[in-house]
Amino acid sequence: MQETIGHSATGDLVINVGPQHPATHGVLHLVIHLQGETITKVEPHLGYIHRSIEKMCESLTYRQFIYVTSRMDYLSAHINNLACALCVEKGLGVEIPERAQVIRVLMSELTRIASHELWWGAMAMDLGAFTPFFHAFRERESINDIMEETCGARLTMNYMVPGGVMMDLHPNFQKRVKDFLQLYKSKIDEYDEMVTGNIIFQNRMKGVGYLSKEDAISFGCSGPTARASGVSCDVRKWYPYEIYSKLDFEEVIETGGDSLARYMVRIREMKESIRIVEQLIDAIPEGPFQAKTKAVLKLPKGEFYQQVETARGELGVYIVSEGGTTPYRIKFRSPGFSNLSALETMVKGSKIGDLVAAMGTLDLVIPDIDR
Amino acid sequence: MFLINYIKEVAAAIGSLLKGMRRTGYYFTHHKEIITQQYPDNRDHLNLPERFKGEVVMPHNEANEHRCTGCTACELACPNGTIKVITKFDITPEGKKKKAIDKLVYHLELCTLCNLCIEACPSDAIKMAQTFEHSVFDRSQLTKILNNPDSKIMDGVE
Amino acid sequence: MSLSSLAQQIHLWLLGHMSEQWTLVLEMIIAGILVISFFAVLGLVLVYMERKVSAWMQIRLGPNRVGPKGLLQSFADTLKLLIKEGLTPDGADKFLFNIAPIGAIMVSMLLMAPIPFAKDFQMWDINIGVLYVSAVSSLSVISILVAGWSSNNKYSLLGAMRSGAQIVSYELSAGMAIMTIVILSGSLSLTEIIQSQQNGWWLFKGHVPVIIAFVIYIIAVTAETNRAPFDMAEAESELTAGFHTEYSGMKFALFFLAEYVNVFIVCAIGAILFLGGWMPLHIGEWTAFNHIMDYIPSSIWFMGKTFGLIFLIMWFRWTFPRLRVDQLLKLEWNYLLPISMINVVLVTALAILGWYFK
Repeated sequence: MQETIGHSATGDLVINVGPQHPATHGVLHLVIHLQGETITKVEPHLGYIHRSIEKMCESLTYRQFIYVTSRMDYLSAHINNLACALCVEKGLGVEIPERAQVIRVLMSELTRIASHELWWGAMAMDLGAFTPFFHAFRERESINDIMEETCGARLTMNYMVPGGVMMDLHPNFQKRVKDFLQLYKSKIDEYDEMVTGNIIFQNRMKGVGYLSKEDAISFGCSGPTARASGVSCDVRKWYPYEIYSKLDFEEVIETGGDSLARYMVRIREMKESIRIVEQLIDAIPEGPFQAKTKAVLKLPKGEFYQQVETARGELGVYIVSEGGTTPYRIKFRSPGFSNLSALETMVKGSKIGDLVAAMGTLDLVIPDIDR
Repeated sequence: MFLINYIKEVAAAIGSLLKGMRRTGYYFTHHKEIITQQYPDNRDHLNLPERFKGEVVMPHNEANEHRCTGCTACELACPNGTIKVITKFDITPEGKKKKAIDKLVYHLELCTLCNLCIEACPSDAIKMAQTFEHSVFDRSQLTKILNNPDSKIMDGVE
Repeated sequence: MSLSSLAQQIHLWLLGHMSEQWTLVLEMIIAGILVISFFAVLGLVLVYMERKVSAWMQIRLGPNRVGPKGLLQSFADTLKLLIKEGLTPDGADKFLFNIAPIGAIMVSMLLMAPIPFAKDFQMWDINIGVLYVSAVSSLSVISILVAGWSSNNKYSLLGAMRSGAQIVSYELSAGMAIMTIVILSGSLSLTEIIQSQQNGWWLFKGHVPVIIAFVIYIIAVTAETNRAPFDMAEAESELTAGFHTEYSGMKFALFFLAEYVNVFIVCAIGAILFLGGWMPLHIGEWTAFNHIMDYIPSSIWFMGKTFGLIFLIMWFRWTFPRLRVDQLLKLEWNYLLPISMINVVLVTALAILGWYFK
C-alpha cells in the first residue's frame, strides 16, 4: 500500500515534526496531521530524553540528589535545586538563615530573567528573526558570568544545599548585579523596538494558539502559560516560600490567552524579577549562609511536598520517606509536561506557522518534560 | 473614513518596521558593541573566576605532601562514584600502624562537578581547579590519580 | 578605460584576425565564460557579504579565519560543497530531482542577458528588456516546484507549494511597479529607460507614486526571491529547509547560488528602473558637481546602486520575523496589489499631464 504511507485514515498528511527539528529545541517529537497547511491533530511523543531522574534520585542521599535536578529544567537549574532543598528542609524542619534565604531568592530571580531572556531570543528565532537571539544572549551571558563567579558554574550550578547555599556570595556579586541591571535597563527598549512592536510579529502572535481559562485549568497549566489565560497561579504569591511574602512584586496576569498574551506575561515578568532583584541587592543581611545540619541527613517517615515557581511554571517535588538516608520515592511535577499537553487545543485548526508560534510561547524545555 | 484608517494602518506598520531596522542598522555601524570572544586566541588572558569548577585536584606542597587522611568522606559524598579512595597502612616512627591513602582515583569522565566532595572533605585536601579543556584522545586518560607518587600526608593533619 | 571601450577593442581585434561569423562565435564563448565566472564570483561575494552583514547586526564578528578578514571563507565553503556527496533520496524522481537545480541556475543565467552593467556594455540590447525580465523571472517557480515534488519529502512539497502561491501572487505587484516606470519612460528597452533618467533618476523625478512603486517593488522582489521575511519556501523553523531539504553537495550549492544571483538580478533591475542604472547622480544646474560625478566610471555607479539595494534586502532579512503563509498572501492581495493598481493609474495621469520633473 505504497500510496497510503504518511497519510492518516482520514486522508490527512502526517508529518513528523522532530525529534530533530529546528523549532522543537530538543528532542520533542510531534506527529502533526495536516489538511493542506491546516493542522487537524497534534500528537506529542515523549521519551527521547528520558533519563529516569526520579528513579536515580531514589538511590542518592538527600544531599546528593539535588544536583541531578539541575538537569531537568536546565534553564532554571537554581529554582529546581531550590525546590528540592526546600522539600528536604521541610522534612528536616531546619530554620534557614535569612541571608541564605535572600541569596536563594536573588539567584532564583536572576535565573528567571536568564531563562526568559533565552526564551525571548529562541522564540524570535522560531518566528524567523535571527538577530534578537544574539542580542538576548548578550544579557543572558552577563547573568551567567555572575553565576559563574559565585557558584562556579554557568548552567548546572548545584548551589542550593539543604540548610542554605553551598558557598557565600562572591565579594563582587553586588557590583556585578548592579552592572547587569544597568545593562539590562539600557537594552530593554530594544526588545520592544525589534520584536514586540514589530507589525509582522504582532500579526504572527495575536489570536494565535488561543487557550481559554477553563482549558488552562483543566490541563493543569501553570506559570506564564496559565497566567496569560487569566489564571492566577503564581506559587510565589499563593504559597509563598522563602521571603517572597515580604517582597513587593506583582503577579503578572494577562487575559488574552493567545501567544501575544503569553509573550507579554514573560516580558513583564522579567521586569518584575528586576524589581525583586533591585529590592534585595542592597538589603542582603549579614549572617551565616548555611544552617547547621547533620552530616548525614535523614528525613522522618512521611510524605513531603514543596512547590516553587520556576521560569516555566509550578514545579512540585514530592518525597516519600521511609526514614532512611535516601528517599523511598520521588516525584517531580514538572511544568513543561502539563503545558505541552495543552498544545493540541491551542493549535488545532491553525497553520503550521502558528504551531511554531504557539510552541515558542510555551517555552518548552524538553528534559523538563521527559525527566 | 475607511481610507484614512487604511492609510494610518499602513503608515503605522511601516513605522514599526523602520524602528526595528534602525536598531539593527545601529549595530551594523557600531562595531564596538560586538561581544564575541575569540576563544583559542584569548587563551593567555582568559581569566576564569576562582570558584570555577573545572576538575578536582589535590594540592601538594613543595615537600610533596598533601592533606588527605583517607577518610573516604569524598567517596561517600560523591553521587556518581567518581572518587575511589584506596588506603594502605603506614608504619609510623613510633611503630604504630596508621591509615593513609595509597591512591585517590578520580574519574573525570564521571564527574558532574557538583562540588559535594570538596564540601565534604574535613581536611581541605581537595579543591576545584580552574581548567576546562579536558578533551583527550583516550578515555582512560580521564581516570586520574590525584595524589602524586611517593607523596605523604602533611604533618599535623588528622 | 571603460568596460565598453575594452569590449570594443576586443571586438575590433577579433575582427582583424578572422571572419565576422567566427568573431561572433568567439564573442559568444567569451561572454558565456564571463557570465559563468561572474556567477561564481558573485555567489562568493554575496555569501560573504550576507555573513558579514548578519554578523555585525547580531553583534558578532562573522567569518574571520580563512584568509584576510575571512575573505576566503565562502570559497572554502564552496570547496566543501563541491566535494560533498550529492545524495539522491530513495523514492525520489531521479530525473526531475537532478534537473531542478540546473533549471534554477539556468533561469538566473537567462536573466543576466539584458542587463547593462555599464555604459554601452550589455550582452543583449533587447528592445523588450523589461518584458523579457518579468517573463523569465517567473520561470524560477518551476524549478522550485519540481524540486519540491521530486524530493519525495513532505516538507519539500509543502515548501514548494507555498513558494508557488507566493511567487505567482507577488509577480503581479512587481509587474505593476515595473509598469509605472514603463509608463513614465515610454519604453520597454532597458537602455532607453536608463537614457530617460539622464537628468535625474525616476525615484526623484516621479513624485510620490514612483516612491510608492519603488517600495512595492522592493517588497515584491524580496518575496519573489524567497528571502526573509518572505522565506515561506524554506522557513527553517517550520519546514526544516523547505524545497531543498533533500538536496546536498553541489546540487544544493546550485540552488544557493541561484538564490543569490536572483537577488543580484532583481536589485540590478531595481537600480536600472528607479535609480538610473549606470547613470551618474546629476543634480539640475550644479554643473561642477555633475562633472565630478561623471568622472566615476559607469560600472561603479551600477554596482554601487545594485549592492546598495542588496544591502537593503539583507537588512530586511536580519531584522524581521517571518510572515505566516496566509498573511503573506493577505499582504499581497489586500495591500500591495490595490495600492499598486491605484498607483499605476496615478502614474498614468502623471505621465499624460506631464507633472513629473523633466
